[in-house]
Amino acid sequence: MRRFLRPGHDPVRERLKRDLFQFNKTVEHGFPHQPSALGYSPFLRLMAIGTRSGAIKLYGAPGVEFMGLHEENNTVMQIHFIPDQCQLVTLLDDNSLHLWSLKQHSGASELREEHRFTLKGPPGSPPSATQITAVLPHSSREVLYLGTESGNIFVVELPTFTLLEDRTITSETVLQRVPEDYCNRRSCELVEALREHPKNPDQILIGYSRGLIVLWDLQNNKVTHHFLGSQQLENLYWQRDGSKFISCHYDGSYTQWPVSSDNRQPEPLENLVPYGPFPCKAISKIYWQTTKNGVPYIIFQGGMPRASYGDRHSISVVHGSQQTAFDFTSRVIDFFIIFSSEPTAEFDDPSAMVVLAEEELVVIDLKTAGWPAVHPPYLASLHCSAITCSHHVSNIPLKLWERIISAGSKQNIHYSNMPWPIDGGTNIAPDPPQRDLLLTGHEDGTVRFWDASGVCLHLLYKLSTVRVFLTDADPNDNMNTLGEDEWPPLRKVGTFDPYSDDPRLGIQKIYLCKYSGYLAVAGTAGQVLVMELNDEDAEHVVDHAEADLLQDQEGYRWKGHEKLKTRDGPVRFEAGFQPFVLVQCQPPAVVTSLALHSEWKLVAFGTSHGFGLFDHQQKRLVFVKCTLHPSDQLALEGPLSRVKSLKKSLRQSFRRIRRSRVSSRKRRGGSGNASEVQEANAKFDQDALQEMELAPVQRKIEARSAEDSFTGFVRTLYFADTFLRDSSRHCPSLWAGTNGGTVYAFCLRVPPAERRMDEPVRAEQAKEIQLMHRAPVVGILVLDGRSTPLPEPLEVAHDLSKSPDMQGSHQLLVVSEEQFKVFTLPKVSSKLKLKLTALEGCRVRKVTVANFGSCKTDDYSENDLAVLTNLGDIQIISLPFLKLQIRYPCIRKEDVSGIASCVFTKYGQGFYLISPSEFERFSLSTKWLVEPRCIVDIPEVTSNNHVHNKSGMENAARKSRSSGDHAEDERKPERLMEHALLNDEKVLKEIQSTLEGGR
Amino acid sequence: EFRRFSLERSKPGKFEEFYGLLQHVHKIPNVDVLVGYTDIHGDLLPINNDDNYHKAVSTANPLLRIFIQRKEDADYSAFGTDTMTRKKNVLSNVLRPDNHKKKPHIVISMPQDFRPVSSIIDVDILPETHRRVRLYKYGTDKPLGFYIRDGSSVRVTPHGLEKVPGIFISRLVPGGLAQSTGLLAVNDEVLEVNGIEVSGKSLDQVTDMMIANSRNLIITVRPANQRNNVVRNSRTSGSSGQSTESSLPSSTPNILPNLLQGEEESDEEDIIIEDSGEPQQIPKAAPTSESLESLTQIELLHESTQNGFLPSSEMNLNHSAGSISMEYEVRDPNHKSLEEDGTIITL
Repeated sequence: MRRFLRPGHDPVRERLKRDLFQFNKTVEHGFPHQPSALGYSPFLRLMAIGTRSGAIKLYGAPGVEFMGLHEENNTVMQIHFIPDQCQLVTLLDDNSLHLWSLKQHSGASELREEHRFTLKGPPGSPPSATQITAVLPHSSREVLYLGTESGNIFVVELPTFTLLEDRTITSETVLQRVPEDYCNRRSCELVEALREHPKNPDQILIGYSRGLIVLWDLQNNKVTHHFLGSQQLENLYWQRDGSKFISCHYDGSYTQWPVSSDNRQPEPLENLVPYGPFPCKAISKIYWQTTKNGVPYIIFQGGMPRASYGDRHSISVVHGSQQTAFDFTSRVIDFFIIFSSEPTAEFDDPSAMVVLAEEELVVIDLKTAGWPAVHPPYLASLHCSAITCSHHVSNIPLKLWERIISAGSKQNIHYSNMPWPIDGGTNIAPDPPQRDLLLTGHEDGTVRFWDASGVCLHLLYKLSTVRVFLTDADPNDNMNTLGEDEWPPLRKVGTFDPYSDDPRLGIQKIYLCKYSGYLAVAGTAGQVLVMELNDEDAEHVVDHAEADLLQDQEGYRWKGHEKLKTRDGPVRFEAGFQPFVLVQCQPPAVVTSLALHSEWKLVAFGTSHGFGLFDHQQKRLVFVKCTLHPSDQLALEGPLSRVKSLKKSLRQSFRRIRRSRVSSRKRRGGSGNASEVQEANAKFDQDALQEMELAPVQRKIEARSAEDSFTGFVRTLYFADTFLRDSSRHCPSLWAGTNGGTVYAFCLRVPPAERRMDEPVRAEQAKEIQLMHRAPVVGILVLDGRSTPLPEPLEVAHDLSKSPDMQGSHQLLVVSEEQFKVFTLPKVSSKLKLKLTALEGCRVRKVTVANFGSCKTDDYSENDLAVLTNLGDIQIISLPFLKLQIRYPCIRKEDVSGIASCVFTKYGQGFYLISPSEFERFSLSTKWLVEPRCIVDIPEVTSNNHVHNKSGMENAARKSRSSGDHAEDERKPERLMEHALLNDEKVLKEIQSTLEGGR
Repeated sequence: EFRRFSLERSKPGKFEEFYGLLQHVHKIPNVDVLVGYTDIHGDLLPINNDDNYHKAVSTANPLLRIFIQRKEDADYSAFGTDTMTRKKNVLSNVLRPDNHKKKPHIVISMPQDFRPVSSIIDVDILPETHRRVRLYKYGTDKPLGFYIRDGSSVRVTPHGLEKVPGIFISRLVPGGLAQSTGLLAVNDEVLEVNGIEVSGKSLDQVTDMMIANSRNLIITVRPANQRNNVVRNSRTSGSSGQSTESSLPSSTPNILPNLLQGEEESDEEDIIIEDSGEPQQIPKAAPTSESLESLTQIELLHESTQNGFLPSSEMNLNHSAGSISMEYEVRDPNHKSLEEDGTIITL
């Protein structure tokens, strides 16, 4: 009756589980999906990005990042930092204002929402009366000026958002002294821009949409100057000394206005249409930056000739005779200029331009000739070509790391050397525990190598496989080669390029051996490339081999795409990973699995037709095995014919996705907010329930049969040195698992190293296991005599792993989508199983072995299986006893692409795409946790005090507080230095200067 | 050709002897024949083992009319009946016409060649409004043949009646296992799959659970038609099947909880082919270790750790007292070919 007892609740094990496992979503890497607003604080040197789903993200020095989410999930329209404060105000599209603060809490700063406010007009007034169009946080830090659609400007007190009704600037009072004929034509205008006078905080410039601009005196509550613009206004900008300002207009023109103390009616100094004379698009934002040498920088967004360049997303920089129109591949959301913010400085001396485009962040160095781009340390556009697969390699040896970085640095020569200009805050996170690489494969045939060790996902190196093939696109087609007198002087910037020359180039599988530097990459058209890391450029011929996976199968016709044409003759490759052999699968179907054994110099690959083994040392195909069921026509015909049968289900899932969007926004970014998640779930369930009653969907209940389609699809390949035939002799082996629940095992004979080139590698099928439940095999693993998974190739040779126990008997773990099964070896008998689907109704999507260390004791660690199910849950299952340890909800089950993109690391972390451009990083481990931890200190305001004498009290308060934190400050430098050692000197200097500045 | 002869009613002897006698009487010593008889209802029933032979002799009143057909041209569909309402004993073989049309060469043979295709189980522990049906998919080519859908159901809760989402059978495929058993019907609400409650699970989850258990599926339903429910310890009306259901004899004193031990495992016998040899079933490693014992605790409800093999049908019969209804299908004797098909595991 033992089996009726409840599963043991061993208190010791329960305690250990608490020490081992913990689920956290730690940080979002990449570029925010659908950005909608940009803000910058020159004081904090922090940048803020708002998104259409209501998230705001703050970025400073690398590693300094904060994230907040508006409960409303509405689009963030505007972001304004409060001058000289750790505070910012956001305006959402529901017309609500939100005050956020960076506060220190247990040693690190946190971003929190403090107050919210919605401007309410008198009863009965139309909503437009209070629709906020412009926000001006006054330098006194006490009030916000809110321009509205009605033309009225409301004043609210900070931080309480109390409306100061007596200080409202109504459009009537403004219009009082405006010449009759002018104001008759222009009534009821909305406030387009509010700008405070750079020298005199009592004066603000108000720009109305129809063209009227007034200078308002806050002390006397009256207009001091009227500027009668004739064109619809887009934006305003003050010159640094306050003697002039510039306005930009809908017709693509900008105008300079003088501000004199006399009472004359001001006339425009200069009115210019930079890309005239033909009709131009609006200039929506403009900067006028003064320099020491007297030649200003005029930087404006838009203004392109409407007919021929109206579709460009451009920002033009004009500096004397130099003029460049930076041409972005996606819509420009907003931009700002980093210039000298010292109030005492006489000139702006702009150093960099930061542009937030819809799909990427581009920073232009304005100090270096030619205005090169600056390589951002974060906010990488992961999706510059769509991500098709990812591969994570933990704990990269320093040597390989350095070689990859050096290969990458040779690619980045056209970038500016300028240190990253947005450098606010201090990163106090502990050093990343190890060097980790995340490799992403892209649709355009590239593989990007990301430094995934820390909070900043940083591009190290980009590998392109395109050179091996002949494609329609000419590689020399450079979009930047515009003639000297080309007008407008457009220059393409940024890396976002969603268009692939040829979808067959897409990368499907990646396998990197971190010890040898061998890399295998496989793609959509059955191409498998084996590469080697070379520190120099080289020109060589890539060897070709064909693997006919259909072999003796007769009478089949592949109706899918053709294989890629290869380049004949030697090909020039830049330093980095250089392909030396290409194995082309026939038919050229998508490569569905790939394994590389760098010690045996073998690469195995599988498609929907079968799998093969290639000896990349001798460049010889060892064997191929066709896994196709004779009746499986679908698999043969190729991907095109599949479209029809998938159409319906696709349409259905699209419908489902659309439905889930609403509730998904609620969950986005809320890292581990359980109640929120539940709410969203509940809502979704309700929606789903309603949907159900309308149109019942039915599901067929049928056992899988051998005749089902795609049973031959090879899902997993695995190399192991184990006891395949008899228990006395172990040998190299290759294991393959198919969609139809079959496992094939091949016994390999690899000649010893000294005769490696002379004797062929031989392979012989030793075993074939058919799982009766016929679910797809998603993982195969051999456990050694100590029930530890076998080490990776070369791991033992590099002294990084204990050699496997070859004395005790080995076990085979087969993971199908439905079950985990352990078999004995060499005689296959079933030992244990866990029927996951039968028990829980979920299916295995991803599985990996992860090592979990205890957060309590350094010397304890264990291997478990980390499993992601089709419901988006993550489960940890113990080895070798297959007991469920713990389960965490992680990804919404409707987020099919998120689940498909998930990749686990070897130490219990993982990544999945939350949008095409963002990876969410999560951790299952208590020990390895990479999350942002940073401090933003208010720099001492000294020179500003004479302007804002009211802030004296606050400063005193701040000082007393910082002295209270002294003990903490003592501790900080040590940790900071520690961190700096890992990074480059630049960071070290920055940190030191920050510290010195703080004292 | 008619022959008339007599037998000692009290000592009928063995079926083999009887069969030999028949061959002798008809002077057809080397011809394989099928033997049938008509029972009191006029139904044609087969005689092919000791039990049904004894039954036939005991029901002779006083004449036992026996029909003999050559095996080659036997008309199998002649057996069985639409009028039969009572099973004589648990061994009564139900040979449905449609089945025989599909497989004309099936030979009615010994009990070990019979296998269950469905049963109602756990009658004693379930509420009367529920029915737990077991479908034995393994060993048959028949599709399970049903569809499920989302729907809503009314539950009694502490807060009164509440509408809750539920899973329902939406369609039965004609000729499928589900339909042919007559134990499941459209609009039956699915409550459990192999002992796991489905409430709170999505349609896709339940689909996956059913498919994962498809080789030995146990579904607990609340039948849409509640008029055919089992009434405990009293004469029952049997289930609502259209074909040849029979009710349990009223004399059955008590119904044991159904524990068809060891069978849970039988659905999972994977096949191994060593060195391109013959396919074999993968044996179970001896469950000696403590860990294995504890592992099974998280496995299915009625899982047995001891017996990994499919017990013979005879053993089944001994344990089948708990079943209300049990149908048998003749197994294709040509299991060699089935193995090669790779669709069915056989022993």
